[in-house]
Amino acid sequence: MNAETVERAPRRYGMVIDLDRCSGCGACMVACSAENNVPPAHPQATERTGITLLRVVQVKDAASRGVAFIPMMCQQCGDDTPCMTVCPQQAVEVDKLTGVVEQMPQRCLGCRYCMTACPFQARFFNWWDPEWPAGMETTLNPGAAPRMRGVVEKCDFCQSRMHAAEDKAAMEGSREFEYTPACVEACPTRAIVFGDLNDPESDVSRQARNSFRFLERLGTGPKVYYRSRRPWLRTLASRVGAPPKKENGNG
Amino acid sequence: MLAAGWLLFPALLYTSTPQPAQFSHQAHGEAAGLTCDTCHGFTAEGRFAGIPTTESCAGCHSGLLGETESEKHFFANFVEPGREVNWLIYSRQPDNVRFSHARHVQVGKMECAECHGPHGESESLKAFERNRISGYSRDIWGPRMLRVGLKPGQGMKMDDCMACHRDRQVEAGCLGCHR
Ligand code: HEC
Ligand code: HEC
Ligand code: HEC
Ligand code: HEC
Ligand code: HEC
Repeated sequence: MNAETVERAPRRYGMVIDLDRCSGCGACMVACSAENNVPPAHPQATERTGITLLRVVQVKDAASRGVAFIPMMCQQCGDDTPCMTVCPQQAVEVDKLTGVVEQMPQRCLGCRYCMTACPFQARFFNWWDPEWPAGMETTLNPGAAPRMRGVVEKCDFCQSRMHAAEDKAAMEGSREFEYTPACVEACPTRAIVFGDLNDPESDVSRQARNSFRFLERLGTGPKVYYRSRRPWLRTLASRVGAPPKKENGNG
Repeated sequence: MLAAGWLLFPALLYTSTPQPAQFSHQAHGEAAGLTCDTCHGFTAEGRFAGIPTTESCAGCHSGLLGETESEKHFFANFVEPGREVNWLIYSRQPDNVRFSHARHVQVGKMECAECHGPHGESESLKAFERNRISGYSRDIWGPRMLRVGLKPGQGMKMDDCMACHRDRQVEAGCLGCHR
């Protein structure tokens, strides 16, 4: 066995979401929770303390009386990944083979610095141990281990599905495969395109060229792109989360 | 005192449970002429089938084939009532570990013994030892408390996966091995 036999071109997974196609139906959120074994919300859970790895947020524009829905998940920041740099446990890493920001519940101590650092509020803390109604455990996805109380979790572009695709390709003796995250598959209007941004010919690369990202100016290099013909959405994308006030020398 | 401690410690740390039935890989490999994949195959999706069901054993064991006590026990307790054997898996990893037999065996062309040692030729099953604290099988840590001179099949901690990967220049990220 030598190095060559195991070498594989690194991928850089990304998404393009067409906001003009999203009807806000929420099918992606349901598919996401089922795929990732997110338990039904605890009775005391609020929007911030419950777990929604993928959220569909409604936004409005007063001037044009426009309404839009924005599917928001971990934006898989590739540059100076904020959550990674603040983690005292090295429980967050950007995977060299896929570009996916990995969150390791095994190593997480629950300090939640990463949640504060995340400009997209795409990280969630397990305030309660997961509990499923009797009988529902049998429907769990064996490819995704449930997380326990006290750790942070987030979207990882459905690694469980990637693993399954990898295993299937392996049966044909191959290391090459493609896969589709649950939200992409569930979307009835095909608003989400997923693929390898390193491949200039992929749908996702082509569509990403004509798109924008949320909070692009922070320079965190998100790999989730958005499209819309509505100018107010572009403006919104650059504005959400008030920009930091000018640094104050007095602290 | 110290020596006694090292002898006593493993006994305190692990509980020991006999397997629900005996099984000889040797009897089935050579005598019955079976290859590993007849019992440990893959599904078309690349999922490792694991350990065979009683039904698949019953094809041959529809009646007693020999004289051994272990076969009588297996026949009377599992084949006749049609019950599954809850084999205790020595190499079972924690739930959050993702391990792909397909990737290692089908693509990597690795031998079972590189990770499992000589289990495929064993004549009988040792007792299953479970760590009282973590609940993990002792075969994850391995038989030697100081983890020196472990042979294949003796221990599969994260470091052991990593050590082999380092040797063979395999690059797996956290989420390659975890889920
Ligand atoms: C007749 C079916 C059969 C055949 C053929 C067979 N096995 Fe098994 N194997 C079993 C059963 C039953 C068990 C569960 C009991 C045990 O642990 O040995 C098992 C368990 C194992 C385990 C232990 C898993 C663990 O960690 O507990 C390994 C390793 C293994 N087999 C390897 C092999 C290899 C290698 C071969 C080919 C040389 C082989 N088997 C052929 C039926 C079979
Ligand atoms: C290809 C046919 C075949 C299959 C399939 C098969 N066996 Fe056997 N088994 C044999 C033969 C042949 C013997 C040897 C009988 C003798 O001479 O004692 C044997 C012996 C045994 C014995 C007694 C010896 C020992 O292993 O300790 C047990 C127990 C046993 N088998 C269990 C199983 C189990 C469990 C399975 C399913 C995982 C299984 N067998 C599948 C043919 C088979
Ligand atoms: C004795 C050597 C050895 C051991 C031990 C070993 N592996 Fe591997 N592993 C390999 C080889 C060789 C490959 C590359 C297979 C190929 O694609 O040719 C590999 C590939 C992998 C990959 C895929 C990496 C990629 O490129 O995406 C993963 C994931 C993996 N192993 C997980 C594990 C885990 C988890 C363990 C421990 C439970 C483990 N391995 C133990 C030899 C080993
Ligand atoms: C690179 C190391 C490696 C190789 C090679 C390997 N195994 Fe395993 N095997 C493992 C690990 C690790 C586990 C534990 C998997 C888990 O718990 O998720 C395991 C588990 C098993 C089990 C337990 C049943 C189950 O459901 O997982 C059996 C049986 C088994 N292996 C048989 C085999 C056979 C037969 C071969 C050869 C065709 C083989 N293994 C090759 C590492 C390996
Ligand atoms: C080559 C495969 C492999 C890779 C890569 C890997 N792990 Fe592991 N990891 C394992 C295995 C197997 C175990 C379980 C056995 C053990 O306890 O060592 C484990 C256990 C752990 C544990 C202990 C959890 C427990 O329940 O005891 C932590 C924490 C952990 N891994 C974190 C990480 C982090 C963080 C990364 C990325 C930097 C990583 N792992 C990468 C294979 C791997």
